[in-house]
Amino acid sequence: MTMEKLENIPHISEISNCGVFSGCRAKRRETFRERSASSDKVLPSIEEAIRRTGLRDGMTISFHHHFRNGDHVLNQVMDVIAAMGFHNLTLAASSLAAIHAPLIEHIKNGVVTHIETSGMRGELAEAVSRGLMDCPVVFRSHGGRAAAIRAGKLHIDVAFLGAPSCDPYGNANGYSRDDDSSICCGSLGYARTDAKYADKVVIITNDLVSYPNAPWAIPEYDVDYIVRVDDIGDPAGIMSGATRYTSNPKELKIARTAANVIEASGHLYDGFSMQMGSGGASLATARFLREKMLEKNIRCRFALGGITGQITAMHEEGLIDRILDVQSFDLDAAMSLKKNHFHHQIGATYYASYLFNAAVNQLDFVVLSALEIDTNFNVNVLTGSDGVIRGAIGGHPDTAEGASMSVVVAPLVRGRIPTIVRHVGTVVTPGEVVDVVVTEQGIAVNPRRPDLAEKLAAAGLCVHTIEELQQKAEALVGVPSPIRFKDKIVGVVLYRDNTVIDTIRQIDEDET
Amino acid sequence: MKMELKKAAAAGTMESSDIQITVEPSAQPGIELELTSSVGQMYGSRIREVIRETLGTLGVENARVTAVDKGALDCTIRARAAAAVCRAAECEAYPWEAK
Amino acid sequence: MYVKDRLRRSMMFVPGNNPGMVADAHIYGADSLMFDLEDSVAHNQKDAARLLVYNALRTLDFGKKETVVRINDLRSGLGVEDLEAVVRAGVQVVRLPKTDSAEDIQECEEHIARIEAAAGIPVGTTGMMAAVESATGVLHAPEIALASKRLIGIALGAEDYVTDLKTTRSDGIELLFARSMILNAARAAGIAALDTVFSNINDEEGFLAEATLIKKLGFDGKSVINPRQIGPLHRVFMPSEKDLAKARAVMEAIAEANARGSGVASLKGKMIDRPVVIRAQRLLALYEAGKITDGMEDE
Repeated sequence: MTMEKLENIPHISEISNCGVFSGCRAKRRETFRERSASSDKVLPSIEEAIRRTGLRDGMTISFHHHFRNGDHVLNQVMDVIAAMGFHNLTLAASSLAAIHAPLIEHIKNGVVTHIETSGMRGELAEAVSRGLMDCPVVFRSHGGRAAAIRAGKLHIDVAFLGAPSCDPYGNANGYSRDDDSSICCGSLGYARTDAKYADKVVIITNDLVSYPNAPWAIPEYDVDYIVRVDDIGDPAGIMSGATRYTSNPKELKIARTAANVIEASGHLYDGFSMQMGSGGASLATARFLREKMLEKNIRCRFALGGITGQITAMHEEGLIDRILDVQSFDLDAAMSLKKNHFHHQIGATYYASYLFNAAVNQLDFVVLSALEIDTNFNVNVLTGSDGVIRGAIGGHPDTAEGASMSVVVAPLVRGRIPTIVRHVGTVVTPGEVVDVVVTEQGIAVNPRRPDLAEKLAAAGLCVHTIEELQQKAEALVGVPSPIRFKDKIVGVVLYRDNTVIDTIRQIDEDET
Repeated sequence: MKMELKKAAAAGTMESSDIQITVEPSAQPGIELELTSSVGQMYGSRIREVIRETLGTLGVENARVTAVDKGALDCTIRARAAAAVCRAAECEAYPWEAK
Repeated sequence: MYVKDRLRRSMMFVPGNNPGMVADAHIYGADSLMFDLEDSVAHNQKDAARLLVYNALRTLDFGKKETVVRINDLRSGLGVEDLEAVVRAGVQVVRLPKTDSAEDIQECEEHIARIEAAAGIPVGTTGMMAAVESATGVLHAPEIALASKRLIGIALGAEDYVTDLKTTRSDGIELLFARSMILNAARAAGIAALDTVFSNINDEEGFLAEATLIKKLGFDGKSVINPRQIGPLHRVFMPSEKDLAKARAVMEAIAEANARGSGVASLKGKMIDRPVVIRAQRLLALYEAGKITDGMEDE
C-alpha cells in the first residue's frame, strides 16, 4: 500500500499524530558495553555536573539524609559550590546531622542563605539557635516535606543524591547488588521524592556498576547526571552493624509497660500493623510485643518505618508478613531489603504525605520518643531544655496523626531534666493526636481518648493523669528557671499539612 | 553549730546525676561559689541556693566553693556539700536532724 | 514506722554512694530497697555515702517500698554514726551485718533506742533485721531471731559465710545447713527468712534455679543486685494457676461448710485440716498482695 497524504485519511484531525514519517534516528553500531562506557550522563567531576545543571544564585538545592552522620556528600558538594562562587542558595536537605557543621562557614559567606529541613544537630544547630541566619530555618516532617515538594511549595532546582551504587544511565540503589562489602544504606526512600520532582538530579556514587542496576531505588529517567567519586561517606557513621536491644533497666521497664498498653488497647491481634521508633525504649517495645505475639500465636501484617534489624529478624522468623521501608537504620535492615522479597522500599510520599492516603494511615499503632511532653500532650522532639535545636521532626506528627493509637515513650526525667513539663519549648506534634504517654513511673492517657482509658483500666493497668506525672517530675527535680530568649525568630515549625504550628527563637546567653 | 574549715576537701564525683563539690577555707568573708553545671540555665540558681543553705546550716560563713554538677538532685547536692564541709573541717560529730 | 508482716519477696541492694541508683531505686518494683553503707562503699567514701542516704531518705518519696539501710558493723566504729544518721532520717529497717549473736542485736537496739529518744522519735519506731554471715552466726540463729521485738527478719549473707566455712559457692549444697538453720530460727521466732544475693546477673537460669529452691525451702524472699532479677523472682513467688485454683477450692469448701453451720469441711471426699486452710489463706494472700504490688504499673 502506498502511503496516503495525511489530509486524505478520514478523521485525521481526530487521530493524534506527529506528521508523516520522515526517517529513523541513526543506529548505534558499537557494542552495548561500548555504549555504556560512553554514556553522556557520566561526568568527570562534581564541578562539571553543577555547571551542566545550570545552577544559578538563588536556586534551591537538596540532599537526602540516608547517610546520617557518616555523610560526605553534602560537604563535598557544598565546598565545590562555594568555590564556584554561588550565593543565596536555599538548602533543602531532608535532614542535617552534626557532620554538616562546615555549613556554618558557607552560611557566613552567603553561599547558603536559607535552610528547609527536618532537623539539625551539633555545631550547626547551636549556631542557628544563636542567630546565625537572617531567614528562619523551616522545619518540616518527612510527610510535610514530600507534600510541599509535590504541591510546589518547595521547588527543588537541583538535587544531589548520594548513592552506594549507580549504573551509567542513572539507575541508583542504596546498596551494591554485586557484593556485600561496600557502603550500604538500604532504602533511599527520601531520595526518591527529590529524584522525581527536582528539575535536575545529580547522582554521586562511589560505585559505578554495569547497566542495569535493577531493581533500583531511583530510576534512570529521573536522573540527569552521574559523578563517580572515591568517598561518599563513612560506613561507621552511615550504619552500625546492628542496633542492639537496650539493657538499660529503665528503658526496659518503659518498653514492657508500652507493650502491655498496646496489648490492652486491642491493637494486638492477628494481622495488626505497627511502626517502632529507633530510640532505646521504643525499639525494645518490639521485643516485648514479640513475646506476646508468640504467646498468642499472632502475626503482624506489616511493619512501617524506620526499619531496624529487630524488625527484619521478626520478619525472617515469620512474625511480620511485610515490611515497608522508607529508611534502613542498620546493616541488618539494609541486607534484609536487599535479599527479602517482602521487605519493600517506599518513598517519602507513599510513607507519609498528607495529600494521599499514605501508609501511616494504615497503622494500628506507632511507638514514638520525645524530648518533652506537656500537660496538653503536645510533644517536642526538636529543641532541648536549654532552647537549643538538637533533634529532628522525622515522621513524628505524620505517624501520630495517621496511626489509630500513638504511644509516646520516655523516661520521666533525664538526669535533672524533666521530660513531662507544663509547656513544651516547641510544639512539633500537637496533643490532639498524642494518645498515650508511657514513662517508667506511670502511664497517662489523653482525656480525648476515654475509650483507651477504659481499655487500659479493664486490663488492670494503673493510669495516672498527665498532671500527676508532671508533678512527680517537678517534685524530683524542682522548678527550673525559665529559658531566656531573644526576639529574633530562628526557626519556623510546620505541621504535616505545612501550616505553621510553632516558632523557635534565638537563645539569650547574655549575662543578666 | 559552727564548723571551722581547716583544709581544702572535696566530695562527690563527675558521674551523671552527681555533683563534685570542693570546699576550702577562705580569708575573705562570705561564700565564694563557682559553679559549672550541665543544667546551669535551668537549675543554676537553685543549685547555688542549696549549696549556700547547706553551708549555712553547718555554720560555715567563709569559704571558697567550687562545684561541678552533672544534674544532681537537691538531696545529692546537700549530701555532697555537707560531706565536703565535714572533710574540710575534720569534723567528729555531724549534727544529724530527725525528719 | 516499720511494718512487721509485709511482702519481702525481693530486697534490692542499692550502693549507698551512687546518687543515680539511689534516686532510681524505687522504679523497678522491688518490695524492699536496701541502701548499703557497708561493703559496696569504699572505705574513704563511707562518710559521703552516709550523708547521701541520710538526705535521700529525708527527701525522696519511695512510695510503698520498704526502706532498709545496711549499716557498717558496729565493731568498725562506723556503724554507730550510721545509726545516728539513718534512724533520724526515718529508715524503716536497719540491717545489721555480720550478726554473730543475740548480744549484737541487743547492742544495736540499745543504740537505736537511745537515738530515737534523743531525736524525739517514739522509741520502737525503727525496725531491724539481722544478716548472718558466719558459722557462729548460723549456730546462734535461733537466739538472734528472738533477740529483739524490732526484728522483722533474718537474712543469710553467703559470700562471707562460705569463706568462713572455708569453701566456695557452688551448687548450693554449701549453704544447706545455713539456709535450714536460718529458716527454722525465723519461723520459730515468727519473723521473715531472707536468702542471699545471686551475683551472676547474666546467669538467668542459675538465678531462677536458686530462687525456686529457696521458695521450696520456705523462704519469704531474696536479695537482688540488679533490677533484671526482680521480675523472674516475683514470678517464682507468684502462685501457679493450679495452686491458686486448689486454694480457692479449699476456701470455697470452708465457706460452704460455714454456711451450712457445719464445723467440718471437705474437698473431694477428704476432710480439710487446719494447716491446709492456713496454707490456702496464705497462698491467696500472697497472690493478692503480689497482684496489687506488681500491678502493671507501680506507684
